[in-house]
Amino acid sequence: MNQLPETEPVVRVKDLRKRYGDLTVLDGVTLEVHEGQVVVIIGPSGTGKSTLLRCINLLTVPDSGQVWVDGEEVTAPGCNVNAIRTKVGMVFQDFNLFNHLTALKNVAIAPIKVKKMPKEKAYELARFELARVGLSDKADAYPAQLSGGQKQRVAIARALAMNPRVMLFDEPTSALDPELIGEVLTVMQHLAEEHMTMLVVTHEMGFAKEVSNRIIFMENGHILEEGPPNQLFYAPRHPRTAEFLGRITELYGRQDAGLEAEHKGQRH
Amino acid sequence: MAEILKFWHLVWPALGEGLLVTLRLSAGALAIGLLIGLPTALARVFGPRWLQLIATAYVDAFRGTPMLVQLFFIYYGLADPHINAWLVALGLPDGLLVLPSITAAYVALGLNSGAYQAEYFRGALQAVGSGQMLAARALGMTHTQAIVNIVLPQALRLALAPWSNEAAYMVKYTSIVSLIAVPDLFGQARRIMSRHYNQMTMLPFVGLIYLVLVLLITWIMHRIEVHTRIPGLEVEHGRS
Repeated sequence: MNQLPETEPVVRVKDLRKRYGDLTVLDGVTLEVHEGQVVVIIGPSGTGKSTLLRCINLLTVPDSGQVWVDGEEVTAPGCNVNAIRTKVGMVFQDFNLFNHLTALKNVAIAPIKVKKMPKEKAYELARFELARVGLSDKADAYPAQLSGGQKQRVAIARALAMNPRVMLFDEPTSALDPELIGEVLTVMQHLAEEHMTMLVVTHEMGFAKEVSNRIIFMENGHILEEGPPNQLFYAPRHPRTAEFLGRITELYGRQDAGLEAEHKGQRH
Repeated sequence: MAEILKFWHLVWPALGEGLLVTLRLSAGALAIGLLIGLPTALARVFGPRWLQLIATAYVDAFRGTPMLVQLFFIYYGLADPHINAWLVALGLPDGLLVLPSITAAYVALGLNSGAYQAEYFRGALQAVGSGQMLAARALGMTHTQAIVNIVLPQALRLALAPWSNEAAYMVKYTSIVSLIAVPDLFGQARRIMSRHYNQMTMLPFVGLIYLVLVLLITWIMHRIEVHTRIPGLEVEHGRS
């Protein structure tokens, strides 16, 4: 599962650099994500993980370096950024659902406005995507009427409706109450099982360990170590990796707590 | 009863005509204000720097000076012979800015309301969190699509409460146009008072008409607010 295929990676990042004033957020990051892979990025806060994700769909413009999505260079001058973004689904920490639209319309609006899909077809698609995240019954609810976990699942459905080549998750469970984390992770796990290509910034070590193909440990704008979960968890090569994983496990409890709790819940 | 009939004879149809002028002027000024205020707010929030500066200068000028000064400037000031000579020298029609009083009233009230409405809309646009724009852009919407489909609908809903205040204020503020001899409700009342010296009945009576108008507008706007309610999108503020 971990050997790199010969095909073009879905996301390729080369020597990405970004500074805010005196603060270097990304200091030469290079990575590749191949079709169907789930790559988890971990690391202390403020080490450029979110900035890295935002550079991939150019919500943040890097100072230097190159990004390719699906073989097309995003950072090339004259690149159609909006067209690229339709191929890159993004899920935010604080959901950012459109407050004035029902769950159904939140999911349908981008297909309608960006892809010019006929409304009926878009609503049909939206119903399908809401069913995929288990929220068929919430189609007519406004964001304010949903729990945090439900909001995030609608946000995932909204991104999926554009049929993206890759999904970027920017700390998707960090704003959630602990008991709501499981339902979001379960949806993400199902996506991974459907071979969705995913790049996930998270502190959920259970998810990283169970679902990912590769874990990237970032600190101070660098990738310090990357490899399969077993390597990082049980045989880290960099002392900082071991230290960070030790601390985060202490902080968030058992490494697989989030997913297991959800699985238990589903048996009933 | 005879007294009331006599009074009614005195004020009608003059006050009725004045009431129509007041209503037309209020609606016209609010409409002009909307047409100016919304683009001004969009320019201040989303426009390029130079456009932001122009929009800010306009808003500050009209919110920072008395409406009466604005009205007199537009009616008397712009009619100045020097300005007229200057306009003629530029090849513009003679007397272009020598405005009839009713036109000056529409222009002054419209520009003034535009500045206030721009502030309400700006506040509402900024109250729509930056995450909304971010999410819209991440889905592939252009900047304009994101504004039109995501930010503006929320901002308009948020601006409804302050906007209904503006509508209520405008009905009362129109009364200053009587000072440039526009025959609005208050202008007609002043004419009747100057002829019959009956201010002790006229002033409460006219005040009552304004009160009924304001209550009516407040009620209508409240109905609209209830009708367009969206869970999670409520904010209250108004002219200060």
